[in-house]
Amino acid sequence: MAKVKSWIEPHPGGIYVKPADLWIDPSRPVERAAVTHGHADHARSGHGAVFATPETLAIMALRYGVDAEASHNQAYEYGDGFESGGVQFSFHPAGHVLGSAQILMEYAGERIVVTGDYKRRPDPTCTPFEVVPCDIFITEATFGLPVFRHPPTADEIAKLIGAVRAEPDRSVLVGAYALGKAQRVIAELRGAGWDAPIYIHGALEKMCELYAVHGVDLGELRLVSETDKAEMAGQIVLAPPSALNDRWSRRLPDPVTAMASGWMRVRQRARQRMVELPLVISDHADWDELTTTISEVNPKESWITHGSEDGLLRWCELHQRKARALHLVGRDLEEEA
Amino acid sequence: MKRFAALIDRLIYTRSRNTKLALIVDYLRHTPDPDRGWAIAALTESLDFPAVKAGTVRMLLATRVDEELFRLSRHFVGDTAETAALLWPDAPGKKEDLTVSAAVDALSAASRSDAPAVVASLLDRLDADGRYALLKLALGGMRVGVSARLAKQAFAQAFDVPVDDVEELWHAIPPPYAPLFAWGEGRAERPDLADVAFFRPFMLAHPLEEESVDLADYAAEWKWDGIRVQIVRGGGETRIYSRGGEEISGAFPELVSAFDQDAVIDGELLVRGEVQGGEAASFNALQQRLGRKTVSKKMLADYPAFVRVYDLLAVDGNDLRGLPWTERRRQLEAFVPRLADSHFDLSQVIDAADFGDLAERRAGARDAAIEGVMLKRRDAPYVAGRRAGLWYKWKRDPLTADCVMMYAQRGNGRRASFYSDYTFGCWSDAGELLPVGKAYSGFTDEELKWLDKFVRDNTLNRFGPVREVEKSLVLEVAFDSIHASKRHKSGLAMRFPRISRIRRDKPAEEADRIATLQAMVT
Repeated sequence: MAKVKSWIEPHPGGIYVKPADLWIDPSRPVERAAVTHGHADHARSGHGAVFATPETLAIMALRYGVDAEASHNQAYEYGDGFESGGVQFSFHPAGHVLGSAQILMEYAGERIVVTGDYKRRPDPTCTPFEVVPCDIFITEATFGLPVFRHPPTADEIAKLIGAVRAEPDRSVLVGAYALGKAQRVIAELRGAGWDAPIYIHGALEKMCELYAVHGVDLGELRLVSETDKAEMAGQIVLAPPSALNDRWSRRLPDPVTAMASGWMRVRQRARQRMVELPLVISDHADWDELTTTISEVNPKESWITHGSEDGLLRWCELHQRKARALHLVGRDLEEEA
Repeated sequence: MKRFAALIDRLIYTRSRNTKLALIVDYLRHTPDPDRGWAIAALTESLDFPAVKAGTVRMLLATRVDEELFRLSRHFVGDTAETAALLWPDAPGKKEDLTVSAAVDALSAASRSDAPAVVASLLDRLDADGRYALLKLALGGMRVGVSARLAKQAFAQAFDVPVDDVEELWHAIPPPYAPLFAWGEGRAERPDLADVAFFRPFMLAHPLEEESVDLADYAAEWKWDGIRVQIVRGGGETRIYSRGGEEISGAFPELVSAFDQDAVIDGELLVRGEVQGGEAASFNALQQRLGRKTVSKKMLADYPAFVRVYDLLAVDGNDLRGLPWTERRRQLEAFVPRLADSHFDLSQVIDAADFGDLAERRAGARDAAIEGVMLKRRDAPYVAGRRAGLWYKWKRDPLTADCVMMYAQRGNGRRASFYSDYTFGCWSDAGELLPVGKAYSGFTDEELKWLDKFVRDNTLNRFGPVREVEKSLVLEVAFDSIHASKRHKSGLAMRFPRISRIRRDKPAEEADRIATLQAMVT
């Protein structure tokens, strides 16, 4: 393992790949960055050159004005990659959000995978996770405690639709992270047969359009700001979590406050956020997905980046798997889980 | 258990009282006996399974889940029952639903030694939500905001029966309340309550809004600042009920054993204090005794409780509630000497010449235990609830102080988007602003909008749902009394504080000083 440590360095601000002089998901601007996916805690602005999937580059272009066409930024489809300083990089689906990728690096006979964020269950808005065999598996652990077992998504969507139908005079306001969660909830609703227009907060508009351009059909969306209050009675409204209990929500007809997040599994968490209808829908692997994935990938060693590292470390210890925690900084666990 | 678990979950996330009521009404109407009776008993914390404790559950978990993973999970979740419900591995195979009554039967029959096995076999038959419901049922601490009062109202509404009747019957019949449901659904007569120490709904007062009343028609008594209680002896048993009809006998064992007469009294529970030379102490002292299931000898000695009696509802098997106040009072005065004077005394009628005289006495009363004056119509019977013109409460004028807003927090329900709870402070001698209280009422909807905007425009810091604001807005705060308290840095705690005026005209430096408030302490 000494050989491995000589070419890859975990730092609090990201993972540094020495022979390629390149950072993965760095938290500060760097010359060369490979980015797993478009969430702000992984994709920052100000890098010299960005290596990512076309969708992730498009998302960064939308959020930060990164020029996706510029020649120093390189887009790679799943399965493709590049060589730099003797390290072979390639991108593989992570199933987290549109364009999310695991990054596989091969160097001197060693294989290392950085998962970024991932999940295993089906998501109509992105390509499913692929198991990529490797020596070192660098995994997230947002829900690295056995209390986190996400129920089937279809049950949660049925709960949402049931709540809307139960109170036709009110709207149901779903707090959902603007990139990924919002589009997934909309797509799942469409899949469950909800054909009515879905009303969205202005902060979601551009990202929904981007998803549509990339072939994710979200059906008819209307902006809350351009809609009469009365029209939204008995309808579903989506907004970023920060807007849930804010002044903005006063323009809705007596909204039932819902939130789509893996944290909703814990009742006190939901109560703290003043949520009336918790929906356990997450874009992160739950406990079973995390542990199953480690078993399937079957690495020589697992490195755990962020979340409940202690829980997953303990599981590795109980299952005689070598593991360590990396303590990366600046990961935003609260809003997008 | 599925329906019960779903009900609990809805109640946890619902903040509106009316919605909670509607949920329980629906449950009671559509759930069979005896499940609904056990469920409502569980919601109101009326069940106890001595063999099953939190320790039982922790021990049991250790047999199924790694201890370290349990510890980490418990730390994250913050509640043993919920952690256990989430961690318990789903048993394989399809589950048939376990009824609430089957669970209650199993838990009641469990002994200390077989309790872990009993709980385990129940958990194996449930999913995560069902396990949560079961563990809360078994361990208590439901915390879903359902009081006995709300449950009774739901029952009355579900079966369209008078809530006063439900109040009376509720405490006379043990869970799962089968005769109560039979009566509610018209399948049986109203249960007979002879020989039972049951609760009679209280007669309540309206605030006095008239300029004056004629003391020829109304008798005046002091309004005591304790807690209203009803003490009932029936069938050889004594019970103490609080205003909401909750039984609080366990917290006041000395009163239970001292009340040995076949009667029902209405009075004020107070704690004897040094300050008043053996008279009643402030409400602050009484708080030490409230909410306890058992009481230590030291508590009994340090905070001796007694009841100041002001009405007699029944005596020696006769119901007096239909008689006019004058007659009840006559019988009360004859009755009180039958009780031990160590624990019971008579609430005196104020002998005022006329209303003006009464007003003067009220203004002059600064006894900590006096909250104001009660006016009771002399010819009125004792009737449940708040009836126009019969009883009035005429509280002492509130005290006020000019305070500075320091923090604001978001409200609940309809107010979830508003900063509607305000923490305010006064100046110390060192020129530091120290919090003296928190209030979330007293303002109009218009004023709330203005206050909300003020908070948003003047935020200094955010701490979760709380914002620290620029210390520039003076609020005139009204309160009933103020006491010494170790809980606040200022050493003071207000009783019933509310915002009486927004003093936009007053500079913050001119708000009141802590020393001024200290002078008002009773």
